[in-house]
Amino acid sequence: MGFHWAKKYEPQSGLEKWLDERLPIIRLVHDSVGAGYPAPKNLNYWWNFGSLAGLFLVVQIVTGIVLAMHYAANQAVAFDSVERIMRDVNFGWLIRYMHANGASFFFIVVYVHILRGLYYGSYKAPREMLWILGVVIYLLMMATGFMGYVLPWGQMSFWGAQVITGLFSAIPVVGDDIQTLLLGAPFVGNPALNKFFSLHYLLPFVIAGVVILHIWALHIPGSNNPLGIDVKGPADTVPFHPYYTAKDLMGVVAALIVFSIFVFFLPNALGHPDNYIPADPLSTPAHIVPEWYYWPFYAILRAFTYDFLGVPAKLWGVLAMFAAILLLFFLPWLDDSKTRSARFRPVYKQLFWLLVADLALLGYCGAAPAEEPYVRISQFAAAYYFIHFLILVPIVARLETPKPLPKSISEPVLPGAAAQPAE
Amino acid sequence: MIRLISFGVGAIFTLALLIAAFLPREAAVEDPAAKFHKPHMHVEFAHQGIFGTYDRAQLQRGFQVYKEVCAACHSLHRVAFRNLADLGYNEAEIKAIAKGYDVPSIDDKTGDASTRPGLPSDRFPLVYPNDVAAKAANNGKAPPDLSLIVKAREGHEAYIYSVLAGYETAPAEFQVPEGGNFNPYFPGNVIAMPKPLSDDQVTYGDGTKATVEQMSKDVTAFLTWAAEPHMEARKRIGIGVLMFLSVFFIVAVNSYRKIKAAVNSH
Ligand code: HEC
Ligand code: HEM
Repeated sequence: MGFHWAKKYEPQSGLEKWLDERLPIIRLVHDSVGAGYPAPKNLNYWWNFGSLAGLFLVVQIVTGIVLAMHYAANQAVAFDSVERIMRDVNFGWLIRYMHANGASFFFIVVYVHILRGLYYGSYKAPREMLWILGVVIYLLMMATGFMGYVLPWGQMSFWGAQVITGLFSAIPVVGDDIQTLLLGAPFVGNPALNKFFSLHYLLPFVIAGVVILHIWALHIPGSNNPLGIDVKGPADTVPFHPYYTAKDLMGVVAALIVFSIFVFFLPNALGHPDNYIPADPLSTPAHIVPEWYYWPFYAILRAFTYDFLGVPAKLWGVLAMFAAILLLFFLPWLDDSKTRSARFRPVYKQLFWLLVADLALLGYCGAAPAEEPYVRISQFAAAYYFIHFLILVPIVARLETPKPLPKSISEPVLPGAAAQPAE
Repeated sequence: MIRLISFGVGAIFTLALLIAAFLPREAAVEDPAAKFHKPHMHVEFAHQGIFGTYDRAQLQRGFQVYKEVCAACHSLHRVAFRNLADLGYNEAEIKAIAKGYDVPSIDDKTGDASTRPGLPSDRFPLVYPNDVAAKAANNGKAPPDLSLIVKAREGHEAYIYSVLAGYETAPAEFQVPEGGNFNPYFPGNVIAMPKPLSDDQVTYGDGTKATVEQMSKDVTAFLTWAAEPHMEARKRIGIGVLMFLSVFFIVAVNSYRKIKAAVNSH
């Protein structure tokens, strides 16, 4: 792991030496996020979002554990227990608002982190495993967030669970059995709530485990960079500590400022008012919408309205929604252009921004009621999503002529186009 | 191979979507209520904004409206009498208020269900024994508990105010069903709650004139407090946190700049 010019760890004191011979934990830190880990010197601010994702994972775990001390996973009292946290537990409102908004911020930073990867080609060789582990984390986050949203047992909790688990009933033959297995009963009720609480407590720790693998996989080739070219020598890198530790700290404080604005001044802006109504199986909300971070996929799900090839539209929707995420696993092989960074890929760069616009459009439709014109817009937007990843990306990878690459990170041969000062 | 599979899957999804997109739609049925529906009115409250705090006198007036009017139908079950200290009432006043309510209890001689006068630690009691009774007494629609109502509606304070102050006589073309009341701010324009407020329905101790608008505003402010009792602490702490983080941010930026300069000059 690492580059041969990486600074070797040298125990400073007798105690450090003693420890190093028995449990080289300081060495591990030194080699992974310390002075012993050389990182490309030209990383820009988009590279801050990895450490921010780590920040919000920690925020979620810490606030979640405190919430769990006061929360009761029983359908008769779950809503009341959350309200008691809000009213009677000292600073319970703070913990709960941090947790509810923290989930949104976790997704925001992870979305930026993923888009950064798409733009700079960080999923390509030799970082395929790193990318795959990232997609695994994303899937686990989706499951965790969904189950967490069920816990306060409000109207959206209940009906969201109803809609999402109902999807599985679209699967032929075994669908109903799968749904019953997931819910612990043929309906959304107490068994489901208990199961979801148990898993909602467990999965974040699974995520933490996969994050460790993700960072391990990162340290084998080292970070990609805005030029997307390999590190050639010591002149291309700076020691992670203090350079990127200081930069990441700056990012962490900036993120906490934005986070605090939401937690303290707009705590319910990202939530749905209906979730302050206790769950009522007899009264369906006018519009059932999931949390904002699922909107694009919810739009894809609902875009299928035609029983194409005799397969029910609902099943198409479910298949497409899962395919939309799972296809990311194959991206490193779908895009086999040798050039990583979109800076040197004029066509791919435009496709990237079209994809961002398409996702925004899908998100907008996912939040809207299933009416015209939103359904038709989401049909075109969903089609474009698949066309982008499954058709355009593989073709462009073959046909595009990339711009010439700079010789190295430290000596740009192309004036203007290359190595910016480390930013 | 992977490319072929990819093109195939992409083509199938795209085809399924595009066929659906070009199929004709049923003409949208127009919602007859939409024509008369109004977006909520604009109202301002002392508690809005970054530095906004609750107006204690307004909360007390709002509580009076709740107690004298709304409490006939609506419970406030997540609020305890002791919480009224936030409104500026002292202990004796809270004890007196609590005493005015009967809360469910058990007769300690016979064990039968009974009631006793409320204590500050009790929550506002329910109005109806159950949902069925609540519906039966109100034309089939149960009056919701008001503890969280401001947070539980799109539009929040402005919407609640609009519903309370926005009753109108129904336009001739609009059929109001039996037991319903026309209110253009309520979804569907027909609400089961009869117009709860009319001018001078309560007599304010501080001499404020009890117009429908005034009472609606006061009770809405009170219900905002009921839904978010820790709002003032939240904003106060928030300002402290932001000030701390801003200073920390400046320090972090400066230290990063220094380190960057040192590395670049190497
Ligand atoms: C005569 C009984 C009665 C009184 C008195 C009454 N309400 Fe209501 N209220 C109802 C009923 C019934 C509903 C349910 C309406 C519906 O769903 O159509 C309701 C609904 C509401 C709603 C919810 C509207 C929505 O968006 O769902 C609010 C807010 C409300 N009342 C506030 C008040 C306030 C504030 C007062 C006192 C000024 C008050 N009510 C007095 C019976 C009453
Ligand atoms: C990956 C990290 C996590 C995510 C994305 C996440 C997400 C969520 C979400 C969206 C909610 C609903 C919030 C609301 O609207 O009220 C929630 C609730 C909850 N979560 Fe988490 N969570 C995470 C980690 C944890 C952990 C580690 C625990 C416990 C150890 C936990 C315990 C709880 C509890 C008790 C609730 C119910 C209380 C409430 O609704 O506020 N969470 N979570």
